[in-house]
Amino acid sequence: MDSVDVKALCDIRGVSGHEGEVRAHLRTLLEGHVDDLRADTIGNLFARKAGRRASPVIMIAAHMDEVGFLVTGADKSGMLHFTNVGGIVPAMLPSKVVRIGPAAIPGVIGTKAVHLQEASERTKPFDPEKLRIDIGASSREQAMKLVKRGDQITWDVEFGEFGSALWKGRALDDRVGCAILAEVLRQAEYEVPVVGVFTVQEEVGLRGAAVASYAVEPQIAVCLEGTVCADIPGVEEQAYTTRVGQGPAISLMDAGTIHSPVLVRHLVSVAEREGIPYQYREATRGGNDTARMTMAKAGAPGCAISVPCRYIHSPVAVCSPEDYRNAVRLVRAFVDSIGRGELTI
Amino acid sequence: MKDLIESFTQAYGPSGHEDQVREVIRAAVADHCDRTTVDALGNLIAFRAGSGESSNRRRVMLAGHMDEIGLIVTHLDEQGFLRFANVGGVSPHVLLGQRVVFGDGTTGSIGSERVDEIKDLKLDKMFIDIGALSRDEAREKVEVGDMATYQRQLSELGTRLSAKAMDDRVGCAVMVEALRRLQNSPHDIYAVFTTQEEVGLRGARTSAYGIDPEFGLAFDVTGVGDTPKINNNLNMKLGAGAAIKVKDASVVVPPRVKDLLVKTARDNGISYQLEVLVAGGTDTASIQLTRSGVPAGCISVPTRYIHTPVETLELADVEASVQLTVKVLEGPIEV
Repeated sequence: MDSVDVKALCDIRGVSGHEGEVRAHLRTLLEGHVDDLRADTIGNLFARKAGRRASPVIMIAAHMDEVGFLVTGADKSGMLHFTNVGGIVPAMLPSKVVRIGPAAIPGVIGTKAVHLQEASERTKPFDPEKLRIDIGASSREQAMKLVKRGDQITWDVEFGEFGSALWKGRALDDRVGCAILAEVLRQAEYEVPVVGVFTVQEEVGLRGAAVASYAVEPQIAVCLEGTVCADIPGVEEQAYTTRVGQGPAISLMDAGTIHSPVLVRHLVSVAEREGIPYQYREATRGGNDTARMTMAKAGAPGCAISVPCRYIHSPVAVCSPEDYRNAVRLVRAFVDSIGRGELTI
Repeated sequence: MKDLIESFTQAYGPSGHEDQVREVIRAAVADHCDRTTVDALGNLIAFRAGSGESSNRRRVMLAGHMDEIGLIVTHLDEQGFLRFANVGGVSPHVLLGQRVVFGDGTTGSIGSERVDEIKDLKLDKMFIDIGALSRDEAREKVEVGDMATYQRQLSELGTRLSAKAMDDRVGCAVMVEALRRLQNSPHDIYAVFTTQEEVGLRGARTSAYGIDPEFGLAFDVTGVGDTPKINNNLNMKLGAGAAIKVKDASVVVPPRVKDLLVKTARDNGISYQLEVLVAGGTDTASIQLTRSGVPAGCISVPTRYIHTPVETLELADVEASVQLTVKVLEGPIEV
């Protein structure tokens, strides 16, 4: 049963380093469902369920932050300068509406109209350094009354359902992971200790997870993600990586982690026994918080379970609510199986 | 020594999947240590207590990596071909025409899509052919996530040996042979056969944290500049002795550590050369940056054709490395 409103979680704005509203929302979701709820100095939120046994400690991480931009200043005409936070290709930028700062004031990343472009301008790549955000101000002074240097900037896109019941939204990477983790913590009690960690600054270098893992010292690490999915026209099947609707994706290796073969095998056996569809993440590029969880102190075996999300790191991504719900089932079944002693680490 | 190198290099063990090579090494080292353990990342730790007084008894970590480079299957296609990605530094040009082997002994040949120019050859145009006629038939032998390594027997070339995975099974062999010969050491020795070096020096980092050593010594191969028109800055060569690391891309060895190794080699008439490696890193770096820092050095075996199936080295250099290791461990370590 869904008890977490994924739309609400995805529509909150939280660029890396600006995760406060996401954290506050998760706190309200988790109050009363966990034994300990606290944030650390860098902003990670720890939600601990003590369990009936002392070990093994399972750390489950999902990152609260999303890719976006920061205001860096304004020019004389009142147009904003900005810089990206996390991996965004410049081609995503022109002709988009964005929301800026705590008040979420609207802005437009404009370009010269097609009528006024020379023939050569229409075909050659634009210079991202020349892009500005128009917030309707007419001078630097006026602009800087509306926004401050360092304000976060996010795409102006709302979460919604469409088509044959797919989800589209701005920050699916990784609010779907946050939602899965919140569901897992809210829905049940577990035999073993579960430390859910909603991490900060993943998109700029897995930073929150590094200090969180040092504090938790997990014995088993699980990362929940919204991951790349290229099951779209123009891509050959072997490069899809994942497919929407084929179940949560189990990682094997990426740029930061070789996922524990023991945990991968166990996840697969749990999924097959419970009749939960799954797929493998068929690529080795990219990375996530598993890298930090497995490498903290003397190390821990780790695995990652992801919801395939088309078009991530763009204004809008697409995923399947069935993949999301099956990910919740898989994580719960995995934790229960550890509680029953079905896997010795 | 040759037998040890042969059995270690022939074992299967790509990064993160070191179970088989770990058992081969464990069997070889078990009689020369007090106990062996395996940690969370799969590092094999052979511990041997020292006999020294507490004032000169150091907690010493030796590290040589068990893992080798390889391939990971990312996709099984309808015709039964396996698409793959690299595990560590694998060149598509070296891979072309090779035979590879999986952990269960399944073998495959490397093929490629047609490319007009050889420089266009990339791993994503290549595949493994295991003789399967369909995806289902392929899946009976191989699943996505399985890893393969070069299949290549060891060959003797005069006084030299040529094999896959000399990087770094020869380092593991140096450690085992040194422990076998070492009669008496004041130091508590943790000989760690590390995992996942080829993908980011990972096993050494977590095992070093767990051991909390006072001194670290890594064992690896190093590149050489003694082949035709190799055109780089490598001055190491085969047959000139154990290579004492000065620096590589991941680490600058503290001069007092390097000096200890040089003095030990000189005092005992062991042939050595200094190693400045312009590219590539070693477990030395992981050990050095553990906790609040650990003085660490490295003894390397000069090796030609690193990261190919024909990594080639000189037995005399291996012997010098073993002798140097034994002498360092017998004496006081004040660094």
